[in-house]
Amino acid sequence: MKFLPLLWSNLKRRKLRTLLTLLSILVAFMLFGFIAAIKQALVGGLAIAGADRLIVRHKVSLIISLPGSYQQTIDKIPGVAGSAHETWFGGIYQDPRNFFPQTAVVPEEILAAYPEIVLSPQQKQAWLNTRTGAVAGRKTAQRFGWKIGDKIPITTAIWTKADGSQLWEFDLVGIFDGREKAVDTTALMFRYDYFDEGRRYDKGHVGWYIIRVRDPSQAVAISKRIDDEFANSPAETKTEPEGAFAQSFAKQIGNIGLIAQGILGAVFFTILLVAGNTVAQSVRERTGELGVLKAIGFTNVQVLGQVLAEACALSVLGGVLGLGLSWLIISRGDPTGGLLPMYYFPAKDLLTGLGISLALGVAAGILPALQAMRLRVADALRRM
Amino acid sequence: MTGPINWLCQVAAVTRFGLMSLPRRLGAVAATVIGIAGVVGVLVGILSMAVGFKSAMLASVSDDKAVVLRSGADSEMVSGLDHETTRIIADAPGVARGENGPLSSAELYVMINVPKRSTGTDANVPLRGVDPAALQVRGNIHILAGRMNQWGKNEVIAGVGAAQEFSGLEVGSTIKVGRADWPVTGIFSAGGGAAESEIWTDGKLLQAAFNRGDSYQSVYVKLNSAGAYQTFKDWLASNPSVNVKVARESEYYAEHSATLTKLINTLGLLIAFLMALGAVFGALNTMYSAVAARTREIATLRALGFGAGAIVVSLLLESLALALAGGCLGGGLAYLAFNNFHTSTMNWQSFCQVAFAFRVTPALLLEGMTWAAVIGLIGGLFPAIRAARMPIAAALREL
Repeated sequence: MKFLPLLWSNLKRRKLRTLLTLLSILVAFMLFGFIAAIKQALVGGLAIAGADRLIVRHKVSLIISLPGSYQQTIDKIPGVAGSAHETWFGGIYQDPRNFFPQTAVVPEEILAAYPEIVLSPQQKQAWLNTRTGAVAGRKTAQRFGWKIGDKIPITTAIWTKADGSQLWEFDLVGIFDGREKAVDTTALMFRYDYFDEGRRYDKGHVGWYIIRVRDPSQAVAISKRIDDEFANSPAETKTEPEGAFAQSFAKQIGNIGLIAQGILGAVFFTILLVAGNTVAQSVRERTGELGVLKAIGFTNVQVLGQVLAEACALSVLGGVLGLGLSWLIISRGDPTGGLLPMYYFPAKDLLTGLGISLALGVAAGILPALQAMRLRVADALRRM
Repeated sequence: MTGPINWLCQVAAVTRFGLMSLPRRLGAVAATVIGIAGVVGVLVGILSMAVGFKSAMLASVSDDKAVVLRSGADSEMVSGLDHETTRIIADAPGVARGENGPLSSAELYVMINVPKRSTGTDANVPLRGVDPAALQVRGNIHILAGRMNQWGKNEVIAGVGAAQEFSGLEVGSTIKVGRADWPVTGIFSAGGGAAESEIWTDGKLLQAAFNRGDSYQSVYVKLNSAGAYQTFKDWLASNPSVNVKVARESEYYAEHSATLTKLINTLGLLIAFLMALGAVFGALNTMYSAVAARTREIATLRALGFGAGAIVVSLLLESLALALAGGCLGGGLAYLAFNNFHTSTMNWQSFCQVAFAFRVTPALLLEGMTWAAVIGLIGGLFPAIRAARMPIAAALREL
């Protein structure tokens, strides 16, 4: 502790240089924050996928619907705790750019399948009582300023009504939240009975099923059992755990993890060079002083520690400031204006960032520190 | 005497001193050059993704082709047109005619699961059912391997991009369409355009396989000329028996690549901007220490009569040289690493895969060099001003 003032005055020696180094480290950690948030936005859905949930879809294509009668067959399979289904609506609210997912569901079933969706009991009751009722996620409701009681008009090119119209109206009866931050609250869900009665084509069919199993370790066996059940029927199925389904969907975008790591690698390599160079420079300038310190009794280890501490202090300070700043900016919303609904800074990455800042300090300081430690007093003093 | 020639000589002399002293400051110089190379490399790399994607979507579009969808549909995937409507569109004024009738192709656009080569997991690959007229409408479909699919037979041909990115699309293999396995008989190219990411088959058979009755999703027509578009569009708009949305092929595909291109560009520029800030700080550090190390030299030059302006300019030149070296390094690395890198991604407007190759174009490299130059100039300006303002006497006494 008593060496803190020494450390402080060394950092103050060249204020501008310290400041510039600090800023470049700060920027690196802001980037770290943004990339973590972007990655979260693109692959975040994977984190919440329930291990006990399976997705059953048409084997050939996600866009082909499955018969609604499959549900009874599935429910009878041993190990299945419950089932629900969803049908993609693909509608447009006001402008095609206002994308958010909309699906037709059976309220009790879907709420049982997704316990992470939090809807108040009153709103749930209202949904059960209102045939035209719909519930929206908090994010979408906020985005368009919807309030409970609003009529939401949505046009869809996919689902023509029996009278030929493509405009559907829903009454907003509830707004749901996520039990945790990673839950997507951008969806609009409305009642399947209202939808199925109103549409002209494909009546009695559903988009895909969500199955809950009693024992996650049986998930693979049950998946196979379901697919075997419908093999050689007009609509064969492909069943997989929700995690695998979400993962293959994310992988369709591309290898985001690899791209993010590549960019971060380039950033930190650069910053390591900049910071390392600064520390090395300041050690070179202070050769004489370090010699004096050693002459008056500082041990080698103390000198080593002093240089390392200086590098780490700079790096951790830059890291904390950079991570904090990016956290502030990220919590104000995503930069693309709604394309990335799950854009936020995960706490796990915040901790990783702090760890990296310390590691960066050590990596940047270690060579100059060793150099300082190995200085011979006589040589150092001669250079004064 | 401070004529322009003399001034240039001064700049040249001081710049030469600076550049020759670079090896003595190798650590700092390397940090700056590599820092700027990092910025340019990442910038060019990310933007080349957007350029590649956009050019895959827009490579073969032209103004004398039109795409007709149901009104209200923003992509083929959600559109629907009945048989009658597709006939009316084919007979509309402005549509070019070939030997076998109007150059109009009523098409079905669906997606099927095909595993991606790189990950082994299922991806949504577009499967397009077309009329025989589609070949003349597009005008750029060439079979590269195997043969054309036979009309009336359950056969498919795969675009060259799709065949590269997804497994099981080689000539001779089969894919599952509906209940049966259909053989892949050929691989085709389409002038580098979006169709190269698709699988094609006979539309009539695809209707049966996907239980679509006699309905279609889009009609592609070849017009007599680009100028005939307005006639064609107006005629359909005023025809009460159809309810459709007409777009030039070029507009349709531009709109369809907009979302993803915008996303990549926004994120890429944001990341590059932050990295550039970091690199500016690094460059400032290097140039400040360069100035500090040469305090006496510079003061001596000033005492000999070298002008402050010449000192500033030559220090800027030195910084610019470092930055441009970094820019070349970064651009070159990006070119080697990313140019022609084949991949595929999901187009968020249709949820279908688009196969494309990253493209590091000269325009992108120029943009990267511009960024490098700006970083170098900012990084050199303040230290140069400080050097020029140093009081000569005090500086001479230093060290």
